[in-house]
Amino acid sequence: MKKKKCVAMLLAGGQGTRLYALTSGIAKPAVSFGSKYRIIDFTLSNCTNSGIDTVGVLTQYEPLVLNEYIGGGKPWDLDRSYGGVHTLSPYQAKKGGEWYKGTANAIYQNIHFLNKYDSEHVLILSGDHIYKMDYSKMLAEHIANDADCTIAVIDVPWEEASRFGIMSFDENHRITEFAEKPAQPKSNHASMGVYIFKKDVLVRELTRDEEDEKSSNDFGKNVIPYMLNNGMRMFAYSFAGYWKDVGTITSLWEANMDLLGENPPMNLNEKEMRVYSRNEPLPPSFVGETGSVKNSIYTAGCEIYGTVINSVISEDVTIGVGSVVRNSVIMRGTVIGDNVTIDYGMIDENVTVCDGAKIGDDESSKDRIALIGRGCVIGSDAYIPSGEIVEKK
Amino acid sequence: MKTLGIVFSNIHDKDVNELTTTRTLASVPFGGRFRLIDFVLSNMVNSGIYNVGIITKYNYQSLMEHLGSGKSWDLSRKRGGLVLLPPYGRESSAVYSSRFEAISNSAYYLREASEDYVVMSDCDNVCNIDFSEVVAYHVRKHADITVVYRKKEIPENETKMRTSVVIDEDGKVKRVVTGNKHHGTINAFTNMLVINRQFLLSIIDNAEELGYKSFSRDVLIRGVNEYNIYGYEYTGYFASIDSMPNYYKHSLQLLDKETRDQLFRGAGAIYTKVRDSAPCRIAESGKVKNSLIADGCVIEGEVENSILFRGAKVKKGAKVVGSVLFNNVVIEENSYVNCVIAEKDVRVLQNRTLSGHETRPYFLPKDTIV
Repeated sequence: MKKKKCVAMLLAGGQGTRLYALTSGIAKPAVSFGSKYRIIDFTLSNCTNSGIDTVGVLTQYEPLVLNEYIGGGKPWDLDRSYGGVHTLSPYQAKKGGEWYKGTANAIYQNIHFLNKYDSEHVLILSGDHIYKMDYSKMLAEHIANDADCTIAVIDVPWEEASRFGIMSFDENHRITEFAEKPAQPKSNHASMGVYIFKKDVLVRELTRDEEDEKSSNDFGKNVIPYMLNNGMRMFAYSFAGYWKDVGTITSLWEANMDLLGENPPMNLNEKEMRVYSRNEPLPPSFVGETGSVKNSIYTAGCEIYGTVINSVISEDVTIGVGSVVRNSVIMRGTVIGDNVTIDYGMIDENVTVCDGAKIGDDESSKDRIALIGRGCVIGSDAYIPSGEIVEKK
Repeated sequence: MKTLGIVFSNIHDKDVNELTTTRTLASVPFGGRFRLIDFVLSNMVNSGIYNVGIITKYNYQSLMEHLGSGKSWDLSRKRGGLVLLPPYGRESSAVYSSRFEAISNSAYYLREASEDYVVMSDCDNVCNIDFSEVVAYHVRKHADITVVYRKKEIPENETKMRTSVVIDEDGKVKRVVTGNKHHGTINAFTNMLVINRQFLLSIIDNAEELGYKSFSRDVLIRGVNEYNIYGYEYTGYFASIDSMPNYYKHSLQLLDKETRDQLFRGAGAIYTKVRDSAPCRIAESGKVKNSLIADGCVIEGEVENSILFRGAKVKKGAKVVGSVLFNNVVIEENSYVNCVIAEKDVRVLQNRTLSGHETRPYFLPKDTIV
């Protein structure tokens, strides 16, 4: 078989504890986003749009929904006879088996996958970011620089820099310094968690790292610093464009809101960088005589008889007469009865909110979002104050 | 019960001339995100029919583009799947002129198949029917043919050609009547039927000898005493698109929740080609009432009682009422559009006023700039 130029490894095993109820029973990359997507759609679509046709998705935490969603990879054109998308879970082998200990260990345990395709380069991605990026441009730079490793960086506001892996580089973009979540950041070039390695270098480094008992087997904490300290050719690739880490309720909410407005910060209508997703066979959305929608997006299967303002409504959602949904994210299959008010709410999939319920209050804000977990039933005239988390038992 | 599907894609093209200049009736857009053929294909797949032949005659480029390999309907398969059956033969005379010729032309396909039963349907039947029930009924009755009919009220003054069936208490068809003098409640034939494959092949093989030329005239009407023909009543929502006002009427019927529920949330889901458009976006200035809006639309103006297909745009100050806008139609600032059917890629510039009437919607052909 012809060798692949580059295969992608997508880290999708994180639990996403800071999303609380949203990730109970479901992996973070499978969380609903932006009306018709799940978070992982963005990275998978990026791969397709960048000409990468072989993707290993490393799953560990609650992989059921994610595995089912990815399936054979058809929605992203990743159903290929050679290559395509593969979900890679921890497995039992002759010498025993173990859970993925860290990001680097997860890839290490799947070196056989990398060896099978034996590509020249390996792209490492994480499944919890919202962005559209053409990786082929980064790969071209990586090859031109003859880099051992290229790390995508984006300039973040200085006050946020200490939340990220921060890099300094010279005029040739060669990395001189790397600090994981530094208290006093020296630059605002943040790692996006997107790496390209020469495959041979990656295999060598992962094997070495695995043998180091003190290592926590993490790219940011161990592998990258080691490579840098040992003078390997490490380059930064500057990305300018929309990029958002959706690790917290507030940032997930913000990313959803970034799809609204006249010129949304995240434009989903670009032809060349389309975002693909698995589509349910549903009728187009209906807004009734009593319905009103302002500055919002919604998709197939919705039936809207109430008022929707500044909100993101997923497929197959019903909103009853007299209800007002404001500044909220309503995920797929949720049914909202009549005369319900929701302000700054994040309502997960298949929730039922009965007539007259009130979610949110005067204190509601993006930092005090009321979160209703999947499958919950909120009773008639129930009151859920701002900042509350309701989870199904 | 193994069943094969046959769909006629061009059969009523002439009835909706405007919409079929560049496509078959089968690929006429309907209901915001569908094409007419999506309904029959989805019905077949939902009924366990995974071997479907689509008989085409001309203008089938857009249909081929829509269908692709049949993936969207789960019809890209190793066993069976979707087969396009264009006219077969070297001479131009091979382009058939009747339904019977069309089937005869596809005899090789029928012969190759191994299914016992064949469901034949026109492409413009908008309904949600479970064919497996019809086939089960057909088998129970030991019928040669089972026609699907529905009760229909025909007003006094109507003169449209229709085929109706008269049945006895057992469901056996006693008489098949074609004509334009129907009125009152009739058992209207829906152009969907189940037929035994071997029986169908024997008719095709002996057509010349028997003098058969027309399926409804020779097989159904004249054959009613000779063959075992049964009727199966379908009671759900049904629309067949046979004129422009009719297309308009049935489109707007989808604004009724009951109709939508019957059609889209009935026996099975309706599948269509996935286009991966972004969700529709209603701007701060946008206003939407009683309308179906597909993905990819951007609404900055007002939309009322209308159906908007994927990627349609209504700019600020524009108002769209009682209209059907196909893919990527743009209504620019401060224009007013009422009772209009706008084909793909139509552009209505600023400050225009266009109005039709519900009995005669104003039609804008593809790529028109007003």
